[in-house]
Amino acid sequence: MLFLSALITGLGLGSMYGLLALGFYVTYVVSKTVNFAQGSTMMLGAVLCFTFWVTFGWPAPLAIAIALIGCALWGVAVERIAVRPFVRRRSEAWLMATVALGIVLDNIVLFTFGRDPRGMPPTPLVTDSFLIAGVRVQPQQVLIPLVGVGLAIVFSVFSRRTRHGLAMLAVVQNEGAARLMGINVGVAVSAAFAMSGFFAGVAGILIAPLFTISSTMGTLFGIKAFAVAILGGITNPWGVMCAGLLYGVAEALITATFGSTYTQITAFSLVIVALALRPEGLFGRASVKKV
Amino acid sequence: MKTLLRLRMLPAAVGMSIAALGLAGAAGTVQAADPIKLGHVAALSGASAQSGEAITRGLQIAIDEINESGGLLDGRMIELIQRDDESKPPKGLIAARELIFNEDVAAFFGGIDSPVSLAIAPLANQEKTPFIGVWAAATGITRNGADPNYVFRVSAIDTLVDVKLLDYADKKFGASKVGLMLINNPWGESNEKGLTAADEENDAVEIVGIEKFEGADVDMTPQLTRLKEAGAEAIILVVNAPPGAQMMKSRERMGWDVPVVSHWGISGGRFPELAGPTAGDAHFVQTYSFFGDQGEVGTSVLEKLKAKYPEIKGPEDVFSPVGTANAYDAMHLLAMAIEQAGSTDGDAIRQALEDLQGSYPGLIKTYESPFSADNHDALGPNDYVMVHYEGDKVVPTE
Repeated sequence: MLFLSALITGLGLGSMYGLLALGFYVTYVVSKTVNFAQGSTMMLGAVLCFTFWVTFGWPAPLAIAIALIGCALWGVAVERIAVRPFVRRRSEAWLMATVALGIVLDNIVLFTFGRDPRGMPPTPLVTDSFLIAGVRVQPQQVLIPLVGVGLAIVFSVFSRRTRHGLAMLAVVQNEGAARLMGINVGVAVSAAFAMSGFFAGVAGILIAPLFTISSTMGTLFGIKAFAVAILGGITNPWGVMCAGLLYGVAEALITATFGSTYTQITAFSLVIVALALRPEGLFGRASVKKV
Repeated sequence: MKTLLRLRMLPAAVGMSIAALGLAGAAGTVQAADPIKLGHVAALSGASAQSGEAITRGLQIAIDEINESGGLLDGRMIELIQRDDESKPPKGLIAARELIFNEDVAAFFGGIDSPVSLAIAPLANQEKTPFIGVWAAATGITRNGADPNYVFRVSAIDTLVDVKLLDYADKKFGASKVGLMLINNPWGESNEKGLTAADEENDAVEIVGIEKFEGADVDMTPQLTRLKEAGAEAIILVVNAPPGAQMMKSRERMGWDVPVVSHWGISGGRFPELAGPTAGDAHFVQTYSFFGDQGEVGTSVLEKLKAKYPEIKGPEDVFSPVGTANAYDAMHLLAMAIEQAGSTDGDAIRQALEDLQGSYPGLIKTYESPFSADNHDALGPNDYVMVHYEGDKVVPTE
């Protein structure tokens, strides 16, 4: 029973990590850059949704939609402000710039949203529950992995079956050639960052009812998600999602067996061990640099 | 050349400053109408800012009453000097030094954070300046081993709260087996010791499991499941509001309706909103509630709060009521001691506090010799009230 309930919790949290990590993946494959402050974007999703829904009293679906659009736009803004200017000058400073922009966002939220953590109003998704093999489960706990894995599937179909998706993949393979073939590389990169912001926003909105909403809620999630992205082999979308689920389940099982005092130290140690054994990630392929 | 001139003038400048300081010092002792300076070191910004404001309100209402009735020591008014510790022990220590050495306060009050008060206590003893805790509950603040001890408290104390929590689990819920859910920090540790010690004294209740968790934990069902399997009939909770709410949500998720008996950490910050529908299931300890039947003092304090702070319309607007109530009583007890001592000398105030004559009909109770040389805590288990949330209101349960 302890094992099963840990498994359900782990899958839920794991698909959060997977979604955030998918955000790292999508920008990395298109532009070899990432928004390191994915955790802040996730927080933005939860904060915007709370503000529109609870503070402004908008209907929930509208609040969620606008919050997600907000996150996607923020993704585009991050690329314009903190990534593009540096990449143009062949600098790696976007690493620090995205972190800095994330901290700026955290603090803006701190001043506008306030210091008090807030809680989403209860919905039937968290007040109802049903039994699976003697373990009580809330619909929200099932919804999280469903949406997470579902989005990964939709994304994978989109990138392989549609014109826009193929255009993005073309940029991945050879930027110069893609440009010559009439693909607008700038737009493709913006789209990737928008999608990255969207994924983070979905993660934030999904976790909000199970957690408390505050300006710092995304920090630890962001760090774990990056570990997950690297662990999954950042160039493989399915690998990234699987690594997220794996990390979430491992974390929950460690908590169940040893107590949460040991969770962080054990989980991150396992990441280091895994990467030492497989530097290209669990599901990644070793990249070959052609000279 | 310029540097040389300045250097030559240095001794003169130093001499003059010393003379000025001496004069100022002399003036301070001569003029009887000088205000009596009292300090307050607390979290005035940051996540616990509300607690600092609550204490300020209690102190200020009491100070207004004292000043309006003519002040202390033949007409000297009380002046409150506040410093922000930002919930950080080093900042609190610096602030305390500033109050003692620069402002020359006669005594000073503390805030919500036990680690800050624990850092300040040795300084207060060393400099013989009475330090009165009005919120932080760690046992070691007043029981610090110093003799003479200049640290007093009008608030709950962990060891006695722990006795109360176990007793309440037994009396209210008939629980003979309890499980502990403790935050993994020094406060949680202090209560782990306290609860284990209380368990040895209490034959009716047995601790069947001790679980820890982190402030950022999303899910605590693994810990709760272990306690459930160990047969816990009640949960003893020690943590602040946001992680406490996560505990309540995990409990709800499991569909486990086990009673929760909590230390007062969950009372700061929007616990009902964060925890959701089951917030009311957590019964927690307070020293005072502005709800229910108010005595004469309670009614008068509430009226004065409404008059001074227009946003207060009724008891539901008095946030962090323990801070306000403890601070109000502590200020009046200190005023009595200063009057009895007949001076603002730290040692005289300490002796007066340890041997207060007459009784003081306060907000929380009527105090009769609240302190002695051995006991520096004015409140005990009989003064604690158990409450729970009904909506946003904090309502007594016994």
